Amino acid sequence: MSLTLEQVQRIAHLARIAVSPEEIHGVMERLNRVLVLIDQLQAVDTTGIEPMAHALDAETGVVQRRRADAVTEPDRRAVFQACAPAAEAGLYLVPKVIE
Amino acid sequence: MLNSTLTELSAALAGRQLSSVELTSAFLNRIKELNPRLNAFITVDEGHSLAEAKASDARRAQAAAGPLEGIPIAHKDIFCTRGLRTTCGSRMLAQFDSPYDAHVIERFAAAGAVMLGKTNMDEFAMGSSNETSWFGPVRNPWDTGLVPGGSSGGSAAAVAARLAPAATGTDTGGSIRQPAALTGTCGLKPTYGVVSRYGMIAFASSLDQGGPLAKSAADLALLMNAMAGFDARDSTSLERPAEDYGRELNLELKGLRIGLPKEYFGDGLQPEVRARVEEAVRWFQGHGAKTVEIALPNTGLAVPVYYVIAPAEASSNLSRFDGVRYGHRAKDYSDLADLYRRTRAEGFGAEVKRRILIGTYVLSHGYYDAYYLQAQKIRRLIARDFAEAFRQCDLVMGPTSPTTAFALGAKADDPVQMYLNDIFTIPAPLAGLPGLSIPCGFDAAGLPVGLQIMGNYFAEAKMLGAAHRYQQATDWHLRVPAGTPL
Repeated sequence: MSLTLEQVQRIAHLARIAVSPEEIHGVMERLNRVLVLIDQLQAVDTTGIEPMAHALDAETGVVQRRRADAVTEPDRRAVFQACAPAAEAGLYLVPKVIE
Repeated sequence: MLNSTLTELSAALAGRQLSSVELTSAFLNRIKELNPRLNAFITVDEGHSLAEAKASDARRAQAAAGPLEGIPIAHKDIFCTRGLRTTCGSRMLAQFDSPYDAHVIERFAAAGAVMLGKTNMDEFAMGSSNETSWFGPVRNPWDTGLVPGGSSGGSAAAVAARLAPAATGTDTGGSIRQPAALTGTCGLKPTYGVVSRYGMIAFASSLDQGGPLAKSAADLALLMNAMAGFDARDSTSLERPAEDYGRELNLELKGLRIGLPKEYFGDGLQPEVRARVEEAVRWFQGHGAKTVEIALPNTGLAVPVYYVIAPAEASSNLSRFDGVRYGHRAKDYSDLADLYRRTRAEGFGAEVKRRILIGTYVLSHGYYDAYYLQAQKIRRLIARDFAEAFRQCDLVMGPTSPTTAFALGAKADDPVQMYLNDIFTIPAPLAGLPGLSIPCGFDAAGLPVGLQIMGNYFAEAKMLGAAHRYQQATDWHLRVPAGTPL
């Protein structure tokens, strides 16, 4: 199936990516080419096949590790906030959300 | 010196015929001379590299050294490095200085290696040509009008032109093996979980795996000995005993069963690629290996499965780039939602945005089952194909890429044409299996052809052993591009 302009706008909204009116037709055209590619999957009968979510769950029997629910990391807030576009008093600054 | 293997360089350093400062300077000078033409590096900091080299020489004077002590290594700019900028080939991270090192970077530092610089790559590792980099395309040293492959194209070009003796890369759908094939270098994608993803900027987390690029299989083994190993900070890192990846370099070829998947030798394969790969297979037969025709019947579905799963994971992983915590932030915006939208529109290139949009779509309400879940089911069918194949053979061989290197711009405008380029490299990561590419000759235009060797889970040492035996009898891997003479 093929995406409409409205669907592309909706997806762009969900992805939080601004798409300008000048570029949206080109974006739609290329997305639809990719959809033709991935729509090939619809013809495959997968009745009774378990989805494979982890790269090694097929044959190796690997299960993901768990760890104790304990604090292991030191506080490095100042270091991590040093690369933020705008931070102050330990807080990330963003435009006002609530008036 | 520039064309020496790591083993040779290591011996020269140990024998005091060479210091790390001399070795590092030689490569830094070559980068200065050739990088303007190739664009293989995004960041080089001579002072930083030379300081590390000096420290290595001082350590060597004090105590016995490991095999990578003092060896300069280039790192794909997807690995976070505290001392050097980390861009991931994106405008989003063009000014990003990481507050921590990736596990792989820590491992090489612990082994005494010197960081030579950060290599160019497709933006967020999304591409097969290195044309999606915010820092401009990398050029193939064998012909600068051609692409080097991608996404680890800078690492591959750097090793091919002897700007670095070895480099790191990452492979999600072929991003180590395909550029290795297109540049006449060797590249290994390990079994999923063998190399920690900590500090390796995430693209598709169920597929991403770091690995080495170098001139020879023996060098890859040395690099793997440093890179591989358990790391509690990556939840998918495997707790396994340490292994010596060079332990099977003298692999007995007599009786080795080589599987040849008929799907890898069909239509669409460049005739010279087929011829070179078949010649390489005949060399193995001549040394006692037996070939078995095998079937990987779901190969044709691998590309569409990948282009559901990888974008789905990418759309989730890249949601972290919001202009708030780090990276690019748009200058003009009306409110918080607008800040997100504009930051992401400006910070990401067209291919990255396309994949985020595809991923958002296939995960969205009403389409999840039809696309994402269906792709995960077919992913299992692909993994089962390999499980069946490895009951009949020890290794699988075939072409790495259906063609040799293509022209810059040739596929840049058609995403599907670009995606189909990875048809032979996508299946292994979908199954979590290791894959290796080594050079096996040239086409009529003088462009390198890659032989792909795939193995079962954790069969890296055997794959490297087969490759090493072949490289003891051939010299394809030691050929240097005419345009970048030594």
